[in-house]
Amino acid sequence: MSVADQPKFVGQPMRRKEDPRLLTGRARYVDDITPQGTLWCTFVRSSEAHARIVSIDTSLAEQRDDVMAVFTGEDMEALGILDALPMAWVPPGVEVRNAPHWPLASGEVNFVGDPVAVVIGEGRYAMQDAAEEVFVEYEPLPAVTDIERALQDGSAIVHEEFGTNEVHQWSLGGGEDLEATLAASDVVVERRVVNHRISGAPIEPRGVVAEPRGTGLTLTSSTQVPHFVRLFLALLLGESEEKVRVIAPEVGGGFGAKLQVCGEEILLAACARKLTRPLKWIETRSEHMMVTHHGRDQIAYVRMGAKRDGTLTAIHSRIVADMGAYLMLLTPTIPALGAFVMSGCYKFAAVQTDITGVYTNKCPTDAIRGAGRPEATHMIEVCMDQLADELGMDRLELRRKNFFTEFPAETALGIVYDSGNYHGTLDKLLEHFDQAAFEQEKQDAAGRGRLRGVGFSTYTEICGLAPSRVTGPQGFGLQTGLWESAMVRVHFTGAVTAYTGASPHGQGQETTFAQVIADRLGVDPANVEIMHGDTASGPHGLGTYGSRTTAVGGEAIVRATNKVADKAKQIVANLLEAAPEDIEVAGGKFSVKGSPEKGMTLAEVAGAAFIPDENWPEGMEPGLEETAFFDPSNFVFPFGAHACVVEVDPETGDVDVIRYVAVDDCGPAINPKLIDGQVHGGIAHSLGQALYERIHYDEEGQLITGTFVDYCLPSAADLPSYETDRTETPSPVNELGVKGIGEAGTIAATAAVTNAVIDALRPAGVTYMDMPLTPNRIWEALRGTHTETGGGSSGEARRDGDRRETQ
Amino acid sequence: MPRASVSLEVNGTRYDREVEPRLLLVHLLRDELGLTGTHVGCDTSNCGACTCHVNGEAVKSCTLLAVQADGAQVTTIEGMGSEGDLHPLQEAFWDNHGLQCGYCTPGMIMASADLLARNPDPSEAEIREALAGNLCRCTGYHNIVKSVQAAAKVGVPS
Repeated sequence: MSVADQPKFVGQPMRRKEDPRLLTGRARYVDDITPQGTLWCTFVRSSEAHARIVSIDTSLAEQRDDVMAVFTGEDMEALGILDALPMAWVPPGVEVRNAPHWPLASGEVNFVGDPVAVVIGEGRYAMQDAAEEVFVEYEPLPAVTDIERALQDGSAIVHEEFGTNEVHQWSLGGGEDLEATLAASDVVVERRVVNHRISGAPIEPRGVVAEPRGTGLTLTSSTQVPHFVRLFLALLLGESEEKVRVIAPEVGGGFGAKLQVCGEEILLAACARKLTRPLKWIETRSEHMMVTHHGRDQIAYVRMGAKRDGTLTAIHSRIVADMGAYLMLLTPTIPALGAFVMSGCYKFAAVQTDITGVYTNKCPTDAIRGAGRPEATHMIEVCMDQLADELGMDRLELRRKNFFTEFPAETALGIVYDSGNYHGTLDKLLEHFDQAAFEQEKQDAAGRGRLRGVGFSTYTEICGLAPSRVTGPQGFGLQTGLWESAMVRVHFTGAVTAYTGASPHGQGQETTFAQVIADRLGVDPANVEIMHGDTASGPHGLGTYGSRTTAVGGEAIVRATNKVADKAKQIVANLLEAAPEDIEVAGGKFSVKGSPEKGMTLAEVAGAAFIPDENWPEGMEPGLEETAFFDPSNFVFPFGAHACVVEVDPETGDVDVIRYVAVDDCGPAINPKLIDGQVHGGIAHSLGQALYERIHYDEEGQLITGTFVDYCLPSAADLPSYETDRTETPSPVNELGVKGIGEAGTIAATAAVTNAVIDALRPAGVTYMDMPLTPNRIWEALRGTHTETGGGSSGEARRDGDRRETQ
Repeated sequence: MPRASVSLEVNGTRYDREVEPRLLLVHLLRDELGLTGTHVGCDTSNCGACTCHVNGEAVKSCTLLAVQADGAQVTTIEGMGSEGDLHPLQEAFWDNHGLQCGYCTPGMIMASADLLARNPDPSEAEIREALAGNLCRCTGYHNIVKSVQAAAKVGVPS
């Protein structure tokens, strides 16, 4: 191992290297890039949820002097688009009904926002006008928006050719016989848990600039996965891969919404090639809410069993998951990701998940921060509280009684949790929380007529996607490997440029990877530049998502750096007449152990490598540059314990989050400041879902919450401060010992908030509630009334005696 | 399309332009003057990514037509500080990890500067209320609030 004996930079809360350009407005996002001669693109999108396209009249728009071209779904062949948009999951032995999905709809539209034409010409505003001069005649068809109704006989059918709205069925189970284990349980809690639809809503919407370039093409896109985009541009446009360059410039947040191969990317590239002009499209916020894939939208029927003493027996989740109108890159994969952690932190003897994917006339769903795992954790952690109530047992005692304590731990599913210390994070959480003080505050609140409650969530998540042999075609069924690459280049002067195949967009790896390299090469992070997001430089990469960038991409950086360090040691050993194994990196030098005065800086080593002389080792290549590819042996499983304290005003149903305390374990910190930042943002994402945010359609499939006005993305005034702490349990899967942290807060938090609200409302007789926990719904739950209507999966509330009060 | 004249001073430089009367100030700044640090994150004036200062007050530049800024003095993020010479708010956001993807950051800094000019020593609640018109999806606001508190502590030139 070439880790520096005493890490100087790893572990330090360093300020980020990427910040000065961001703070001063000098960073370049996609809308800041406008090549000479660029034409604007505006999409004409369906106003109908489900309709036959009778006609599209483009003549008026085409007569405008400022319009260069209008294309519709009939032009795919003329534009040289060879195939429909990709869906990358082919689980062995499972039929997935995948309706062809082209960049522009042809013949039929299947959700509000489905693009039917693109108008291309001069001027950002003018093309908005021109798009309004394209007239589409629709013949409306019956639409279906409710996933459970969609599976019933007589439902409107989204894709007639299948004769059903069922997309697929997929199961994952293991351990003892499920039904027998449940039957032998003393208590079985059954709950219908609704996890409603949300938007990723990065503050920068998507955007694309496509530039034809001689025989090739450059596409600049606000994406998390530039290499995937390049691959599919090449395949769908019949271009040779090396002629296509994809650049992810500064990307203003992703949260999964930009883990996609989008129709707009393919179409702009094809149109730019056809028109031999640079083209630009910048998504409006309204478009984003309407057409950029949504997340969640599942109904789970959960059965959780236990013995009278609190020993857990079995968990079964029958999940109906809304795929929306089409399958995007990973759409049907998402609920399945949750199935892998359906055992939570607990020793269940039997674990079973059965998933049914369903088409509806709504925007497609796909990965949004957490992707399947927030849904799984929510149902587990909420049902743990429900079960504790049934048993009359303390909620935390029930959890502690069933925690895995020996690691690696194999669940009933055969999944092996790499590392853990669940009592450790919970102990630390309770030190911060102070139960006695809470009880006093609860009484004080009651004196003011307020209902105060606390909710806990003890979670583990699967991340660090992934071991390719597990996730790949013969395993889980993803049609890709999920390794990561790195290239570390030492320059003549000893400065370092490193390339990562990951594509960070706010997570801070320009800093953390520099810290990792700096320690291993005895240099300052200020002189280590991390490059990413350009397929024309560095090796193929898989991108940033699934909390994989550090656990997989960071380890690739470690391995490439170690190769450089090993070569440097050979060079130094040769020059100083020592053995390579006696050379260490200390005090900014490669020096002989025990003789720190005998050593060379990286600049001196690079000098020797760039001008090999008579002392150069026989047969050694000149230069100092190495590449590594890392495919881990297992996933990594971060974990933690969160507590949320809320106060409810029973007169209005309003929820105040009083405290949010999080103790997470993602292994040894590279930069604790950035870990805290990821946890804060992750929690906020879930506080948003739990309390405010909801993508809502009416029964006809019209989007009700299509702007930031009605979607209720929380502001600073809506959210609390967070108290964070960590424990550090190293993962054995990578040298850094790290596990992901980008999604942890999101995965843990909805259950903590929901359990807190239920805890607060329990004295008033409410025993269960689905999200979103809006004032209206809480007010109604307190009064046992319900008036909500709509075209999605509606949540429910329960009162004492399990009498179902609402639907 | 008729054109209208607009003359304004941005970050101390005078600009005279003939523009479409419907052109928004934010697009004048970005597309005509090349000041792309002012961002656009919504189309309903909710997100505040386009916040700049017009005659010394924070304004969402998507809520103003360019012609309404005729004769105005405008400050954008590019006028606040440069990489070697950061404004105390920029320095505080850097120190406190008050940004991640950076897209909302220029608007956050401009809104925060406006707050501190009006109220040099705001409480946490006052900061949260003052920034309610600026949305961030990365930070959960915790470190943004800390950044503004830190800047208030060292003092910000008005």
